[in-house]
Amino acid sequence: MHNTGQRSRFLITTTCFGLAFLYIPMVLLIIYSFNYSKLVPVWGGWSIRWYKVLFESEDVWEAVALSLKVATVNACFATLLGTLAGLALVRFGSFKGRTLFSGMITAPLVMPEVITGLSLLLLFITLKELIGWPDKRGFTTITIAHITFSMAYVAVIIQSRLTGMSQDLEEAAQDLGAKPFRVMIDITMPLIAPGMLAGWLLAFTLSLDDLIIATFVSGPGATTMPMLIYSRVRLGLRPDINALATIIIIVVATGVILAGWIMFRQQKRRELELAMSSEEAQD
Amino acid sequence: MIDTDEIGSPEADISSSLKMRLFHTLQHNWKSVVVFVPYFWLLLFFLAPFFIVLKISMAEPAIASPPFQPMTEWVDDGVVQIKLVFENFIYLWEDDLYFKTYINSIKISSISTLICLLIGYPMAYAIVRASHTYKHILLMLIILPFWTSFLLRVYAWMGLLADQGTINNLLISLGIIDDPIRLLYTPFAVYVGIVYTYLPFMILPLYANMEKLDASLREAAADLGAKPVTTFLTVTLPLTIPGIIAGSLLVFIPATGEFVIPDLLGGGNVLMIGRLLYNEFTSNHDWPIASAVAIILLIVLVLPMMLYQHAQGKQVEG
Repeated sequence: MHNTGQRSRFLITTTCFGLAFLYIPMVLLIIYSFNYSKLVPVWGGWSIRWYKVLFESEDVWEAVALSLKVATVNACFATLLGTLAGLALVRFGSFKGRTLFSGMITAPLVMPEVITGLSLLLLFITLKELIGWPDKRGFTTITIAHITFSMAYVAVIIQSRLTGMSQDLEEAAQDLGAKPFRVMIDITMPLIAPGMLAGWLLAFTLSLDDLIIATFVSGPGATTMPMLIYSRVRLGLRPDINALATIIIIVVATGVILAGWIMFRQQKRRELELAMSSEEAQD
Repeated sequence: MIDTDEIGSPEADISSSLKMRLFHTLQHNWKSVVVFVPYFWLLLFFLAPFFIVLKISMAEPAIASPPFQPMTEWVDDGVVQIKLVFENFIYLWEDDLYFKTYINSIKISSISTLICLLIGYPMAYAIVRASHTYKHILLMLIILPFWTSFLLRVYAWMGLLADQGTINNLLISLGIIDDPIRLLYTPFAVYVGIVYTYLPFMILPLYANMEKLDASLREAAADLGAKPVTTFLTVTLPLTIPGIIAGSLLVFIPATGEFVIPDLLGGGNVLMIGRLLYNEFTSNHDWPIASAVAIILLIVLVLPMMLYQHAQGKQVEG
């Protein structure tokens, strides 16, 4: 008993240190965004001065708008393509070129971004020489690049959801005479819908987050939010970026906590229903 | 639900025959469409670009736009002459800078991976053994940074590590040091940044692996008289090796090609290959060399990437 206590104390201590390590920098970033002083680390009293500066700067809003536009379009296309890819990999058995296909699906997950960015830029330049498209780099090229890596994440989510799911319902529908296409639309799709939603959200945030690939494939005049942040903080700390970071962190954190809470409640309810139904069965 | 198969309802017939026909084609060829669309996309935007990088890595640099010489030349009689130049690779081999940078990148990412494992393993273990409610909260706390901007998390460390930053201010006000110590723009800062941003990537696969472990195995070992340390070393650790491999590769591979962290936290003092590639491409405008650097990086990482794919495939399909 004594040993177990000691070990769990060790585990709790490491976990607390680990979590502190993960969270302290972000908490400090948020606190310093309310600093009056122009020099970020020198405390000059509480103020919302830098939020005002932020709200008045047009280039920030332009970058935010571009990023949101890219992220939305990217998330929709990536969810569509990723879902198709996940379905094909799990439900279609073997088909021609399956190994290459599954390789191309997992590779973007671990590919260093500098390589993906460079190769896509060189592709766009080659295409322009060959067929005259894309004539200018910006929204379209960034979105295409983002779809290419986000669809891989969506495909993996769909794949793991499909493999974890029993095929009973699909088989039942088939036995009742539904054609495979009908089964896909009426049975499989609704079952993987939560996975598609999770994939959409992940694709959206991945796109909002990406700096390197966007830097490579973007052209003059198209600056995404991470590109703007990066160009400003390269030379040091910037109080207005602290304010922007605070807004982003709070929006994302609220979304993630809300989603997690809803999922937790749903799971609890399901467990409760399951327990109740098994009790009824026993009675 | 039974009439779902009756696609030829009169309503649809009248409203549009085109829709019907489209539906019909879809119904018969839908499987090919489902495979073809993402397949084609990946061939065009993922695989083809690598061949272009490979091609340009063997081109001669030139002061032109694009800045390399064409490899195919029309010689008379319509014969195409293909020029392949390995000079770029020879140049990389002979210039010490590139070799050192590759080695340095691998060193930094290996050490960071090890540190992530040492911190992440006990954390994942603690989460698995936590009670139901705590488990959800802890998982949430691990996943949350994963969703927030990577760039901002790196930026947050600039504020902590700067000469006038939080850590130095704290140490000075406590009287431990008199003058600020240099933390930002050192290799130390790069290690901190990599461990910080990639820690969740280590914890999550480890957690997924440990969650599936059968607690009765541990209990059996304890019942048979094994001490906790022995149980850990002979039962738990060997069974969590798949998680260790997956987590380590998820940290090691992207960390080796990392660009933002060495740039923002390492300044000019820490050379990493991702940053060198970027500089060759943007500042020096030397596309063939940048492409050659990318090809070599890919060769260095291809083995770990295949290992990861193997592990991932086993987990998803098995």
